[in-house]
Amino acid sequence: MEAKAQMIQEQPKRPMSVDPRKFNLWLFMATVVMLFGAYLSAILVAKAEAGWAEYQLPDSLWFTSGIIVLSSIFLQLAYRSAKKDNLSTLKIYMSITMGLGLLFLAGQYYAWTELVAMKVYFSGDNLAGSFFYVISGLHGVHLIGGIVYLIIVFVNTFQAKVHSKNLNRMEMCATYWHFLGGLWLILFIFLFVNI
Amino acid sequence: MATADIHIGEDASHHDEHDHAHDDNFFSKYLFSTDHKMIAKQFLVTGIFWALIGGSLSVIFRLQLGFPDMDLSFLKPILGSWIDTQGKIDPEFYLALVTMHGTIMVFFVLTAGLSGTFSNFLIPLQIGARDMASGFMNMLSYWFFFLSSVIMFVSLFIETGPASGGWVIYPPLSALPKAMSGSGLGMTLWLVAMVFFIVSTLLGGVNYVSTIINMRTKGMSFTRLPLTIWAFFLTAIIGLLSFPVLFAAALLLVFDRSFGTSFYLSDIYIAGEALPNQGGSPILFQHLFWFLGHPEVYIVLLPALGLTSEIISTNSRKPIFGYKAMIGSMLGIAFLSFIVWAHHMFVTGMNPFLGSIFMLLTLIIAVPSAVKVFNYLTTLWRGNLVFTPAMLFSIGLVSFFISGGLTGLHLGNAAVDIQLHDTYFVVAHFHLVMGSAAFFGMLAGVYHWFPKMYGRMMDAKLGYVHFWLTFIGVYMVFFPMHYIGIAGFPRRYYSFTNFDTFNSFTDLNTFVSIAAIVTFSAQFVFLFNFFYSIWRGRKAPQNPWNSNTLEWTAPVDAGHGNWPGEIPTVYRWPYDYGKPGAEDDFIPQHIPYSATPESNLPIENEMAKEENLTETGQEGAIQVDETK
Ligand code: HEM
Ligand SMILES: [Cu+2]
Repeated sequence: MEAKAQMIQEQPKRPMSVDPRKFNLWLFMATVVMLFGAYLSAILVAKAEAGWAEYQLPDSLWFTSGIIVLSSIFLQLAYRSAKKDNLSTLKIYMSITMGLGLLFLAGQYYAWTELVAMKVYFSGDNLAGSFFYVISGLHGVHLIGGIVYLIIVFVNTFQAKVHSKNLNRMEMCATYWHFLGGLWLILFIFLFVNI
Repeated sequence: MATADIHIGEDASHHDEHDHAHDDNFFSKYLFSTDHKMIAKQFLVTGIFWALIGGSLSVIFRLQLGFPDMDLSFLKPILGSWIDTQGKIDPEFYLALVTMHGTIMVFFVLTAGLSGTFSNFLIPLQIGARDMASGFMNMLSYWFFFLSSVIMFVSLFIETGPASGGWVIYPPLSALPKAMSGSGLGMTLWLVAMVFFIVSTLLGGVNYVSTIINMRTKGMSFTRLPLTIWAFFLTAIIGLLSFPVLFAAALLLVFDRSFGTSFYLSDIYIAGEALPNQGGSPILFQHLFWFLGHPEVYIVLLPALGLTSEIISTNSRKPIFGYKAMIGSMLGIAFLSFIVWAHHMFVTGMNPFLGSIFMLLTLIIAVPSAVKVFNYLTTLWRGNLVFTPAMLFSIGLVSFFISGGLTGLHLGNAAVDIQLHDTYFVVAHFHLVMGSAAFFGMLAGVYHWFPKMYGRMMDAKLGYVHFWLTFIGVYMVFFPMHYIGIAGFPRRYYSFTNFDTFNSFTDLNTFVSIAAIVTFSAQFVFLFNFFYSIWRGRKAPQNPWNSNTLEWTAPVDAGHGNWPGEIPTVYRWPYDYGKPGAEDDFIPQHIPYSATPESNLPIENEMAKEENLTETGQEGAIQVDETK
């Protein structure tokens, strides 16, 4: 037996194989990181070189940040239900996640209106303001993508395509959603520190 | 053509390799093909088309520089009112010409045309896969590129002219639609086209990386990958990490142009009137742009280096010298390429201390670059050189890489660069080290893999004519530019020989222009050879260059799926050329050590024993050697 194990080691290996679609998702997330990374470093440059009038970020952002964390927790619960083939709770948790996602978007939009009330505009001279709109807006766009993804997986659950033997979609969807949540927290902290 | 399902027992995630049995109609075969080989050819032909356009633009502006008094009325049918009544090019259109020339060459020819062609063509064939990880994404990648091409092409013909702010599109010229005629619609189209271009590159890049990591055949470990694949792999990673930053920069530019933000704008006066934009910084754009821009030059160069490594080793009939060192230096270059961008910005008033840090990092890149050069030379040294056209072009690349790299060292010194920045010296530098080197790599690749692509050989004699005309031509064009640059000529100037100080250079400029026209004309030799050989070339044998890599084990007219039978298993690295004791001077990658006892090193004999043990358990792992 031992000799056999050794042999298998020496035999021409079929090199490691991840599911290509999962792998592609990770690569995509890397490009998203670079996109936002560009803006965060741009903020550092802009602070040094350009007009940067600090202001108080609206408190509602704390709520939206909480919501996005909560949504991740519920998605994780949904994932657990899928693992246990508990399809009815899976659907409930998925719906809650989607609802929280929409709530997050609404909250972000509300934060924008608060900013406008504070006379912090997208256009104009204050890059500190413009950057916030750009970053939160782009994050929102990615999150809309995430919600569409959730909806697709949600529809799949009705077609019995999501269960303990078929977790791929669910896993990928959860990965992306957690990623967007984590990304927002990092962006928020960064903006909080720098604005 | 069609391959039967021969993957029983293989892991199921590779199911999309199977369905090749569909019958091909014109659309699915030539247009919306998902076969990586066809997509590669689409990229190649589109790239050649763009190279012709880009080259023609340069000939037009060289006419202006070399013959300032010439009557260009004969161009009126094409350029219309950009030629004024005296037969002179409109000065603003001159800027449009250099801008579009740069954009087209850097992005459409040497990024999409080069990576798109050879990554697509060679990755599956050389790693032993039936196609890319996702054929559909691959097809999308081409069609996004096509869309981008159409938009960029259309922008050449609009009334206000194409973008004119240089290929680096620095604001404020690019940010203010009113700044010059090309800053209006032309710039908008440029941005739209580039967004599609970025999408195309990212789709392609994701696919390349994922294919190389996940779909290698049995035995194809990372240390047995041909250097071509290593180069494509790192190129794709660099692209994935840097193109999103260009997207970020372009998006802010769009906001500045159309939504009243001031990211890049401050204190601007047009016709004595101050613009409302305050607080932005054009330097910010430069940082973002060059964070892509510098990696981009390596995105252009690395695939060419990979292709030529393969070609030089094959045609020297010797193992590549320092395989691991080559990989190491490519890794080093890829990493360093992200932290040197500010060497394009030495004169933006940056803190001199920061400048010296970027100077240090920049000069460090010379080390892995030099490692590569030495490895090329030591591979050639005492080889049994076979001078195929591909080999000549590869050696040409090494020559340009050296002569252009040396001037890079000068530019990398911040103090020297203050004098040389934005002069023709820079133009000479990057046209040798990037433009010509990558172009030669691409041509070498076409000559070398043409038999694999089209099943026919290109004519070698025409290849030699093409090589010598182009090689000498390139030096004639770009070498004099060093002198012009040291003399202080700024680049992108419509006319400078009219100034008394500079008119002594008129003759030199005329000489350069003539050389440029001759070099450009020489490319038609290639074009003829290329298209003639597609249909009329001599039929290619399966392995015309006696090469080791897997693509040459596939049949000459490989269908979708590449190998009709089982994919060959890999037992050795790809550079067993001229191995002492071996029967032939090459041992392809799919030949097990147990089949070559006469040439094995002691350690390889050990490995051979293990092959024998394991082979009994799995039938069909060894391919019969059909190359003889
Ligand atoms: C020894 C390595 C190299 C060094 C130290 C180096 C250094 C530099 C420096 C300092 C500049 C800025 C000059 C200026 O604008 O004032 C420059 C420009 C440039 N380099 Fe290099 N370089 C090297 C190799 C390369 C390679 C390998 C490529 C391409 C494959 C390349 C492509 C370019 C391009 C395209 C530009 C000009 C961009 C523009 O302004 O339009 N360089 N190089
Ligand atoms: Cu650079």
